[in-house]
Amino acid sequence: MMPQPILEMRSITKEFPGVKALSDVSLTVMPAEIHAICGENGAGKSTLMKVLSGVYPHGTYTGQIIFRGEEVQFRDIRQSENAGIAIIHQELALIPELSITENIFLGNEINHGGRIDWRAAKVRAIDLLARVGLDEDPDTQIKHLGVGKQQLVEIAKALVKEVKLLILDEPTAALNEDDSQHLLDLIRGLKGKGIASIMISHKLNEIEAVADEITIIRDGHTIETLDVHAGGVDEDRIIRGMVGRSLESRFPDRTPHIGDVFFEVKDWTIQHPQVPERLVVKGSSLNVRRGEIVGLAGLMGAGRTELAMSLFGRSYGNYLSGTIVKDGQEIVLKDVESAIEHGLAYVSEDRKQLGLNLLDTIKRSIVSAKLSKIAKRGVVDDSREFGIADDYRKQLRIKTPSVDAGVSKLSGGNQQKVVLAKWMFTDPDLLILDEPTRGIDVGAKYEIYTIIQSLAAQGKGVILISSELPELLGIADRIYTVFEGQITDNIPASEANPEALMRSMTSAKKKANA
Amino acid sequence: MSTTAKDPAAQKKGGLSDIRKIFGGGQSSLRQFGILGSLIVIIVIFQIWTNGLTLSPTNLINVVNQYSYILILAIGMVMVIIMGHIDLSVGSVAAFTGIIVAKSMAEWNFPWPLAILLGIAVGVAIGAWQGFWVAVIGVPAFIVTLAGMLIFRGGNQFIGQSTTTPVPQEFGIIGAGYLPELALPFNFNVLTMLLGVVGAGWIVWNEIHLRRQQKKMGSDSAPLWVSVVKVVVLAGVILWAAWLFATGRPGTSFPISGIILVVLVILYSFITRNTIFGRHIYAVGGNRLAATLSGVKDRRVDFFVMMNMSVLASVAGMIYVARATASGPQDGNGWELDAIAAVFIGGAAVSGGIGTVIGSIVGGLVMAFLNNGLQLIGAGADVVQIIKGLVLLLAVGVDVWSKRQGRPSIIGLWSGRRKARLETQAPEEAPTVAPTGQANVSSLPEDLTRR
Repeated sequence: MMPQPILEMRSITKEFPGVKALSDVSLTVMPAEIHAICGENGAGKSTLMKVLSGVYPHGTYTGQIIFRGEEVQFRDIRQSENAGIAIIHQELALIPELSITENIFLGNEINHGGRIDWRAAKVRAIDLLARVGLDEDPDTQIKHLGVGKQQLVEIAKALVKEVKLLILDEPTAALNEDDSQHLLDLIRGLKGKGIASIMISHKLNEIEAVADEITIIRDGHTIETLDVHAGGVDEDRIIRGMVGRSLESRFPDRTPHIGDVFFEVKDWTIQHPQVPERLVVKGSSLNVRRGEIVGLAGLMGAGRTELAMSLFGRSYGNYLSGTIVKDGQEIVLKDVESAIEHGLAYVSEDRKQLGLNLLDTIKRSIVSAKLSKIAKRGVVDDSREFGIADDYRKQLRIKTPSVDAGVSKLSGGNQQKVVLAKWMFTDPDLLILDEPTRGIDVGAKYEIYTIIQSLAAQGKGVILISSELPELLGIADRIYTVFEGQITDNIPASEANPEALMRSMTSAKKKANA
Repeated sequence: MSTTAKDPAAQKKGGLSDIRKIFGGGQSSLRQFGILGSLIVIIVIFQIWTNGLTLSPTNLINVVNQYSYILILAIGMVMVIIMGHIDLSVGSVAAFTGIIVAKSMAEWNFPWPLAILLGIAVGVAIGAWQGFWVAVIGVPAFIVTLAGMLIFRGGNQFIGQSTTTPVPQEFGIIGAGYLPELALPFNFNVLTMLLGVVGAGWIVWNEIHLRRQQKKMGSDSAPLWVSVVKVVVLAGVILWAAWLFATGRPGTSFPISGIILVVLVILYSFITRNTIFGRHIYAVGGNRLAATLSGVKDRRVDFFVMMNMSVLASVAGMIYVARATASGPQDGNGWELDAIAAVFIGGAAVSGGIGTVIGSIVGGLVMAFLNNGLQLIGAGADVVQIIKGLVLLLAVGVDVWSKRQGRPSIIGLWSGRRKARLETQAPEEAPTVAPTGQANVSSLPEDLTRR
């Protein structure tokens, strides 16, 4: 007889304004099973987990969730936790200033009439730490622990609540090899004790090693569920499921005119700003030719943004080594100002946090990265500002009644155009575009592609960072893949295919010949 | 997908938005419009309540003399607050400068112009000190200036031996002096009137220039009647005020401290609105990370804004000492709070990025006329304080509340949808990529925002 599944999610559909994030997704998890969920960035994995854990409360989605034989309707995370579902996020939810014990029992304190019994808590904490294999004094403050150990504390915290189902969202993304291995062993050990796990991960080798079943989600649909023990499941098989969609003609036509190499990065190595032993970029080398659109493919946390920002005037991490050569001369960019002076532009993936001052108007935003261009002796020429901004409005078709309007009133696509205009105004030779079409609708995406192509046609170099492989294949001339801070491949787009790219994005198989 | 916030409703009832344009465009104009309205209402109420005493020449001169130094502090404070900082030390810095300037004249026999230069130098030095701690070391301005408040208050009392030090009479001109009478056969102060005429003329010229420029650029300018009303009202108010100041008690006219204030207001309005440095203040205050990634040296802006505040505090301190004819151990007590209140009443945002010099001056005038009016009707200091506190709370409360209505909140969820349609606000971008935590939290280096 088949045992009853511990969790069944039946035809879950979740819509956001204008977009179906999940459509008729089903997931079945058996007791004491490690169930992996795979999919590209934005496929809907995290949304599904948020539905399950009550972040999106019952009523905001359609479909049924059956947990341990009963239909559940969680209104918030607390309810799902009480039922025995614990979610461990990519971003750890621990309080750095509190001790391990205090964190483990936070919100769940052992108390007698409101007075916390710290002695009992500590005894239990020691026991829990032993269970997760963490050899630390329970009085240690969280901030003194590395990310790997913090992850173990999170799991210990889940164990307090008699967890039946553990959800791990990219648990090893921030961990090194040893810590990852330890964590995977722990998940296996918990499985032996009857705790089921759902694991979201981009690291296919890990999934292959620990998962019993794999559900693949693509564009908000369940594609298939693979039984690892049935055999025949390997990384290639998973990748085919993840990317198996046709490339539509969503990209403008273009005949590239590619010139000589004018921008080169050699042996670029960057340290994590807080954790010096972590190298977020390791000995990466790349080059860009005039008029070329160079794609940078990599999964979340691979180090693409870190690489881009560290090139752009060392705005991320600690510089360890590496050189930048532009137009045959080595240049040193110690701050953003000098990066802009040397013709670099960086369009951040996060418009709202890093790209724009949302309190400002369109015209002021557009000129903000190079005010000196329209200023005399420090005084900004208002009429030139308006004229320039208005020209960009027409050129990029920014939909607004006036460039005097606030940028916060624009839609995502138009905000992105303002950011592009802002950087075009600095007359860059090299534009680094980090996820320039994230959160933008299809029509606006096409326009952004057109802008990117016209920049390349002007002889500028473009580095395009994107999580969407079709996008990279559609408009890049050449693609570098990044995995764990290293460039793992360098393929002309004409020779690339999603499977090959995904393979280089998920393992450090070959070394790039940059 | 709708892309703009083009608001058909507002265009139809264009009248109201045009009236708003009278007070200038920009995002905070509505707020300033409200504050200016409150100022007018307060003045009118007290004018009636005091049987015309409020707008009498003597009282107006009084208000300027009594509040010019607070308003000067508000000019610097708004820049500090736009940056997201606060400066608690201004009262103590003013007092510290006051005692040094007073001592320099009384004991070291400095001539008064040299003493003024010394005072400004003291402001620069203190500002550099505080700016260093904020910008270089990275101590929050709140802490740095709280320390400064203690240090410079103590410094004043240490140097002054906790007693008052008198200043020579000729120094009094900057705090209690007036525009001189010219030997002309008019029964009003000619210089004051002249100043008023220049001011009114500037208003007219400025509006013509603005309209011409807007026409040239094809920018949307307000209807002609709006400009005419704006010019007539503003020029009228200036000329009327000038007339009041010019026809007061003989020997009085527009105070010198008022002239210093006007010059500073014009100067700093220009700096904050038209210079690169001014733009950088708003950029850093609005989004420090985005500003840094646009090449703004945020620490440098921190430094100069903090330094500038101390310089203005020194100027305020000297004006006060000149008016009081002596420097005392309790000078400037509580000024920081008046200046901060003025800035917030004048429309600055607690979270930074928003605020104007003019707005803060209007906010300061609200406080000044409230204070003055309550004193005229014989209210005690206790009542005055209570009312000032309530006004501050109300002004910022209304602002916060109205802002919350503007964006979706838990409370606004049920009404939000309808409201959004009414305003035809651009909806939050509908992502084609599902807004999963992953997509939104993004792969940004996790520590980036923690800088």
